Parts: sequence; structure tokens; C-alpha cells
Amino acid sequence: MWQATYEELRSFGFTIITVALDKSPDDARPWIEAAKPAHPSLIDTRHVVADLYNMVNVPTIVWIDARGLIVRPNDVAFGTDTFKHLTGLEAAKHLGALRAWVRGEAAPLPDARRRQLQPLPTETDQQARAEFGLGQWLFARGRGEAATRHFERAGELAPHDFTIRRGTMPMRGVDPMGPKFREMRDAWAKAGNPYYRPLPE
Amino acid sequence: MAEPGFTLIDDGRAVEVTHGAGVERAARAREAGRPVAMDLLERAAYLGVAAAERAAALASLEAPDFTLPDLDGRLHTLSAHRGTKVLLVAYASW
Repeated sequence: MWQATYEELRSFGFTIITVALDKSPDDARPWIEAAKPAHPSLIDTRHVVADLYNMVNVPTIVWIDARGLIVRPNDVAFGTDTFKHLTGLEAAKHLGALRAWVRGEAAPLPDARRRQLQPLPTETDQQARAEFGLGQWLFARGRGEAATRHFERAGELAPHDFTIRRGTMPMRGVDPMGPKFREMRDAWAKAGNPYYRPLPE
Repeated sequence: MAEPGFTLIDDGRAVEVTHGAGVERAARAREAGRPVAMDLLERAAYLGVAAAERAAALASLEAPDFTLPDLDGRLHTLSAHRGTKVLLVAYASW
């Protein structure tokens, strides 16, 4: 998905780090083997990155500058248009902005604007992540039924968090592309909520 | 008879303690404002990170550091890339 962008921009002092929020390396393996990334392509079964960055869906991208500062907080972007027919989101707009930033042709957002755009977690969000954490630990130990209780509790606490509600479906024996997912997404949309939350213009 | 065990998962690491000590430490973490998920049937508790701590870190704009494995089990750390611009992408097969 991102290998071509990495090849195009790597000479400008740039890298890409992809992180798969999947239940096991084997879930991510076919994607990684097909993409053949030359950049770090990591596996995050415990959703460490989702917790640290307050991410609530995938894909979520963050720009980090050479000093290690977040210069574009959680945004939605795809590396290619493979899923455009499903998501309605085009890769080109983000890629254009990314190129300009990496090549030094455009300044990133001012600090005040970044702070304003950076989503911060609530206590309930963090309680949901703790429930997810316990569920994931139980699941990894073959305690699927107990894990499901905590995954469901996590989803009730944070209904906007699809790394939990959809991301745990494969651990609850639910097809994350199937009718249960569509039902969840449609109910969410019907209540006036966006499934993807790109940064405002 | 030995007291039944309990697992505390703190900062991603699981430690075995006695049931009494586990419940006690979970209660103290909760008092300290940390989110705690507990399962008494499974004898386990997960101590999470408080929203205030996460929010303060994110509001500083410093990118939170992490170390994760690739498919071969090789560990990679975000801060090792200091000096280059990084596009961090979270995705999933689901």
C-alpha cells in the first residue's frame, strides 16, 4: 500500500512505519508479503500504538518530523485507491500534501492548530482500552469466552472506537467484513456519526 | 494450602502475584486514577494508562515512542528514526 510512496520520497530523509493492529502476525502476513515493504512494517497485537496516539479506527496516519514532533495528528489516508470503492476516500490528496511536506515545499500546520486538532482520550476511552487489554491477554491465552466479555464491555464504553468494535470481531468469531460489521457501521451512520474522521480542511 | 494466584498485566507485562495482592494492587491503581479492567473468575487484572497521562503526552506534541516487532520478530523503535521525517500508518486486515 505504501511502498511506492516510500521509494519515491526516501531520498528526502523520510521513512514510513506501518503498524498492523491485528490479532496475530499471521493476519497481517499476506498483506505485508504482497506489499514487500522496504520500510519497517510492524505488528501490534496489543494495540500499543492505538493507545499511545488515541487512534480509534484504521487507517490512521500521523506525520512526525525529524525532531520527533507530531506535525499532523491522527488523519485518515490510504496509500493507494485499492479501497476507494468501499471508503470513498482518495489517496491523491493526502499524497500531495505529504510530498510537499517531505520535500520541504510546504510548512506543516502551526503548533496551535496541531494542538487543536490532536484528539485527546477521556477516562472512559482509557477504561475501554483497559478492557480491550484484558480481553486481548485472555484471548492470547485461549480464554476466548472471557475475552469476549471484556471486548463487548470495551465496545459499549467507546462506541466510536472501531479498533475495538471492529478490530475485536476476529477474536469474537465475527466476520469483520460481514453483515454484523455493516449493521454496526450503518447504525453508527444513522445516528449521525462518521465512520471515518479525516482532519477538517 | 497455597493461596490461589492472580495475574496483573501492567504496562503490557504480566506478573503473577497472590490473589489478595492482585486485588489490592488493582484497587490502588484505580485510586491513583488509572483505568483497571478486572476479571475475578479468570483471576486477572489489566492496569491501563490514565487519560490525563496520555492527554498530557499528546498535548506536548512529542510523538509517543514505541517498540514493536516486525514479521520476523525483529524489534523496531520509533525514536531510532529521529533525524528523518516519519509517516506513521496504523492499518489492519479487518
